[in-house]
Amino acid sequence: MREGVTDIFGYPGGAILPAYDALLDYPIRHILARHEQGATHMADGYARATGKVGVAVATSGPGATNMVTGMATAMMDSSPIVCITGQVGSRLIGSDAFQETDITGVTLPVTKHNYLVRRAEDVAPAVREAFYLARTGRPGPVLIDITKDAQQASCTFDWDAAAPKPHGRPPTPPQLTEHRRALELINAAERPLILAGHGILIGNAMAQVRELADRAQIPVAMTLLGIGAFPASHPLNLGMMGMHGEAWVNTAIQQADLLIALGMRFDDRVTGNLKTYAQNAKKIHIEIDPAEINKNVTVDVGIVGDVRGVLDRLLPSIAPGDRRAWLDSIDALKGHSAVRDIKNLPDEGHLYAAHVIHDLWHATNGKALVVTDVGQHQMWEAQYYHHDVPRSLITSGGLGTMGFALPAAIGAKVARPRADVWVVVGDGGFQMTMAELATIVQENLDINIAIINNGYLGMVRQWQEFFYERRYSATPLLSPDFVKIAQAYGIKAQSVTKRADVVPAVKAARAERQAVLLDFVVEQEDTVYPMVPAGADLDQMIRRPDPTPLADTGDEIGRASADPTSPADQSSGGVEVSPKRDQFGRASADPLAETGADV
Amino acid sequence: METTFVVHVEDQPGVLTRVASLVRRRGFNIESLTVGHTETPGVSRMTIVLDVDEAAIARIEANLYKLVNVIRVDNVTPRPSVFRDLAMIKVAATAESRGAIMQLVDVFRARVVDVSPDSLIIEITGTEDKIDGLVEMLKQYGVLEMARTGRVAMSRGADAGQRARTDIGDDDGEVALDGNVSYSV
Ligand SMILES: Cc1ncc(C[n+]2csc(CCOP(=O)(O)OP(=O)(O)O)c2C)c(N)n1
Ligand SMILES: [Mg+2]
Repeated sequence: MREGVTDIFGYPGGAILPAYDALLDYPIRHILARHEQGATHMADGYARATGKVGVAVATSGPGATNMVTGMATAMMDSSPIVCITGQVGSRLIGSDAFQETDITGVTLPVTKHNYLVRRAEDVAPAVREAFYLARTGRPGPVLIDITKDAQQASCTFDWDAAAPKPHGRPPTPPQLTEHRRALELINAAERPLILAGHGILIGNAMAQVRELADRAQIPVAMTLLGIGAFPASHPLNLGMMGMHGEAWVNTAIQQADLLIALGMRFDDRVTGNLKTYAQNAKKIHIEIDPAEINKNVTVDVGIVGDVRGVLDRLLPSIAPGDRRAWLDSIDALKGHSAVRDIKNLPDEGHLYAAHVIHDLWHATNGKALVVTDVGQHQMWEAQYYHHDVPRSLITSGGLGTMGFALPAAIGAKVARPRADVWVVVGDGGFQMTMAELATIVQENLDINIAIINNGYLGMVRQWQEFFYERRYSATPLLSPDFVKIAQAYGIKAQSVTKRADVVPAVKAARAERQAVLLDFVVEQEDTVYPMVPAGADLDQMIRRPDPTPLADTGDEIGRASADPTSPADQSSGGVEVSPKRDQFGRASADPLAETGADV
Repeated sequence: METTFVVHVEDQPGVLTRVASLVRRRGFNIESLTVGHTETPGVSRMTIVLDVDEAAIARIEANLYKLVNVIRVDNVTPRPSVFRDLAMIKVAATAESRGAIMQLVDVFRARVVDVSPDSLIIEITGTEDKIDGLVEMLKQYGVLEMARTGRVAMSRGADAGQRARTDIGDDDGEVALDGNVSYSV
């Protein structure tokens, strides 16, 4: 209450009964999840949709362990959540009591900090500090494990006395030399590139980044979690980088003479082979977490601080730039790559996931708050849904948690009831947490669900296609009739099998004032292109095989409609690694070396 | 490269686990770790010796600072510092060999703290090298048991150990304290 909490997500049980009992006396909305993992993702979605701290509550033992995935997910993506668990009575701790789990021990590596509270008088300080820690600095999950007797005992409640004390880290010096060097590098660069990360959204630095890009004419590439940090329709936006990033972005990174990395952490999905990554570029890294600087990529200038504050200090000295030659050369790359884009492939009776996403983008006027799960559909969403505003894409990036989307969307909708919330989820991931459909109904939430139903654990199947000679081990997936499932919960649902039906179905769903589920039965063995195989050089992408019967100008973003143009030139911007292709133009198995990373 | 950190932490249950877990999780190898009280009540002092490459040192320091219970981290390796280790060594000693062993003890400025008919316990403090040297010499008589504390370290001079982190950036200018920034990241 005192922390401004209005909504919490949880699941009760014995060890948390006293807290639940007290809850009735406070005007806090409690959303009953169907699984504690769901409750944590809901809190996470709530936090990502708003920047406020999300709260999840569970009982001891299994309730607490069910939260671990959600905490790990929030940890990897720097999402501020506070998880509260009940614990057995303090005298029972260590005795293997019923439903006792050492949850503070278990969650040590997946929380920013955690507390085991054994006395009532320690509750208030722990809660205050937990909220403070969760939302400040680099945000993250904090767990408070409270014994049952501490919940039951009473004590004088002194909120002011419970204020968090300042912590030990000596403040970072202002790094004036670093600022100077950064300015010199930026003002002198001929081929600079901004790498926009999640930190921009967390730190609310969108305006500063835009100002930097506009003033100095520096193009912007985004990480998956950076999507929304810079408007997709902005002429300087290049799109997403990395494993399934745009080919021109990855090529531009390799050609750049300066990378300005803002609130991002050079994840391996973003860099590919570190030894060959951006060899031509000096690197400036502006990042709030000093432990990220020089972790994966050695940089020339590392500035510790929130992106907004640092840019505010740098901007007055940034010289207006004219980088037309560099921008033109990237445009040329775009032209090469865009001819491969599936976006305007004639459907010929097929339903392609990329088309579904593209049409969803149109039919929602690009204004939906999309929550995606993990897999091929997640990458297609990132490629084909163009986000112009911050916090309009919520997805599990760092941990890649399947089952995240549906509960996270519930949290997002609770936080922003007026948002047009869409879940984009695979047939695999949906089945991991689809029990939360009941939560949607119980809470009367108007969330629309688009299942990209390809009959496979598609992303894993894609790896098998490329790297395991199409031996589809454990990836074909049987699913129930999702329409009937939804209907059993009282949710309206419809199956969509033809492209012509996509937009009408989306529009109909939006018109409903309650949840609607759309089961898009898409092409089964479709592939996300381009792809940088794990550990490969960033510009060594597996490209959509030529020739393709499709074409696109590559900069349709922001235009009102897709207008298929005639097949344009077929020159290639990357490596062609697929020797054979089937009737859909897909690559056949290719024995590319796998380098240890995972789907 | 062998690197010695002196880490001041809040004296609370579980802090040792947090530090050890962090070091393990980030894939660094602990050569030794000691904990004990300090001059300040409520504050414990750890000496952590790690074998890491140069590039990792700043990152370990930054990661340690991310632990809420960590108050101060000092890499004392490059500074003039005193390093000490304490060992108790139980060595087999007969009436004939005892004299020779006692001589060794003298040479190494160690002490005999227990004598029994067929063994001695020797206590020695010093650098690891010095202790290793004594152990090497004692082997011929038969080392029955050994207990070592691991390294403790302290910088020389009055102000050593008080300086803020300086590895990332310089510290010219005033330090700006930003109320919105948590310095425990
Ligand atoms: C909890 C979890 N288990 C396994 C994986 C590995 N994995 C990554 S993508 C994927 C396939 C997802 O299939 P689906 O949900 O149908 O989405 P699609 O790729 O077909 O779009 C799997 C199994 C994961 N990311 N998360
Ligand atoms: Mg699937």
